[in-house]
Amino acid sequence: MLETLDNFWSIYSNLVLSLGTASLLALSIYLTLSCGMLAMANAAFMGIGAYTSSILTMNYGWPFPAAIAAGMAAPAVVAFVIGKPTLRLSGVYLAMATLAFGEVVRLVIIRAEGLTGGALGLNGIPQLTQWWHVLLAVVLVLALLARLRRSKIGRAFEAIKEDETAAGLMGIDVNGHKMLAFALGAAIAGLAGVLNAHLTFFIGPQEYGFDRGVEILTMSILGGINSLFGPVIGAVIVTLLPELLRGFKDYRAVANGLILVLIVLFLPKGLWNPAAFRRLLGWRGKKGVTP
Amino acid sequence: MTGELLKLTSVSRHFGGLKVLQDVSFAVRPGTISGLIGPNGAGKTTVFNLITGLLPPSTGDITLSGTSLLGRRPHEITRAGVARTFQNIRIFKEMTLLENVIVGMHRHLDYGVPGLMFALPKYRAAERRARDRARELLSWMKLDHKADDLADNLSYGAQRKLEIARALATEPTLLLLDEPVAGMNSTEKTELMREIVNIQGRGYTIFMIEHDMRFVMGLCEEISVLNFGKIIAHGGPEQIRSDPQVIEAYLGREDDEVSVTAGDAR
Repeated sequence: MLETLDNFWSIYSNLVLSLGTASLLALSIYLTLSCGMLAMANAAFMGIGAYTSSILTMNYGWPFPAAIAAGMAAPAVVAFVIGKPTLRLSGVYLAMATLAFGEVVRLVIIRAEGLTGGALGLNGIPQLTQWWHVLLAVVLVLALLARLRRSKIGRAFEAIKEDETAAGLMGIDVNGHKMLAFALGAAIAGLAGVLNAHLTFFIGPQEYGFDRGVEILTMSILGGINSLFGPVIGAVIVTLLPELLRGFKDYRAVANGLILVLIVLFLPKGLWNPAAFRRLLGWRGKKGVTP
Repeated sequence: MTGELLKLTSVSRHFGGLKVLQDVSFAVRPGTISGLIGPNGAGKTTVFNLITGLLPPSTGDITLSGTSLLGRRPHEITRAGVARTFQNIRIFKEMTLLENVIVGMHRHLDYGVPGLMFALPKYRAAERRARDRARELLSWMKLDHKADDLADNLSYGAQRKLEIARALATEPTLLLLDEPVAGMNSTEKTELMREIVNIQGRGYTIFMIEHDMRFVMGLCEEISVLNFGKIIAHGGPEQIRSDPQVIEAYLGREDDEVSVTAGDAR
């Protein structure tokens, strides 16, 4: 029994752990979405976190906890700086500005060869990520977000999502809360980047490009952003799908795009929709009681 | 300062070359119910937007209890004690009634980051107080029995009432109501009239924009009349009702009517 478990782990540990980092990424974009912002910079924030921490552990021998802290702080600071001018944009304009920012980050990584290894990427990153690091990170982030949801900050996010003007007139600092969601999301994406980089030995700039950004968005939209389960479920599905459809590996991006279209068309609230479940169960319940 | 809560001094607002408000001055005394009336497009809602900081005035000054509100962001003006409702209702439709009202208490929920992170007793007590207060405010508007319903499921009139309860949650000194009875039936109007008097009785100052003359005349001690961006009259209901300029603004001039009749006859 234990042996089969060992076997399973040696084959699939990377996959299981990438479920964790994918969940972190989905939760990072959930934060901005729950505040009504379509910000597409999370892949870039992940990259900033990954590169910052990898350079620190590889070249400067920083201890892992310090590298994690730096890998979260760096994208948060960048988010703060670019958020000032961009967060006042709404809807598709914010998406465009943040996508452009993502491209800038990718190109900077390619250009800064001396530091980042350029297009070839960074090789030989120490494998410092333990399975429990990933588990702990997911649990802590979930706990943090759950607390936020139940507080005045979560309510402020929701109010801003529904009606920015009305939210402002409720005494809510709209720009401040948007910045909080954006920077906190960046830190969580950075955390995912750090853990992922120290798991995979190698990172390259193409990992943090447009495809990854769409993938992160797909996870969150697929699962639904009405609860914290949604993004996690979405992350699990989007990560497992290419493993299940190995034959179609080259079409991974196609599958992601297709999922996004289908979900938006048929399940705009995502797979995990407690209100709909309740309606469904309530309806069935009533039917069961009255013969 | 002879008891003026809100004061507008020669406020103007232009949109490009269009002069929406010209040299508007009036004051609202604390503890009163007063109103702003005028034909459609006179600039009434713009006055509210200037007071609440959604738009800056082109010239002039707006003060609350003697302090200028100019240059402050909307949430800062709310925190200074001004709350409002909207002509086109803007409740949070995907929240319950109770949540809508609690959102209004944002600033008054003060439990700090550690309190929030670890659900300390301080946080729990504050959230409980907020829920109790929200139920109380809903009961003022006779909506407490629907506290856990989704706001989207409310009738039009009830949504307007919810907006008032939510505005009161910010603990304002001045409550601005933008057409509170628009779309209500006469029973609802009578009820709301009583509820607004009760709100005043609790110490709030109310300033409203309203088209329903019976409602305005029945509630307001003082009324300002806005026409084409200018204040054309100011006074008590009786005075306004008999003011020739106001009658002209609402009914048109006599020679207008003559020409219209003449046109019809032809």
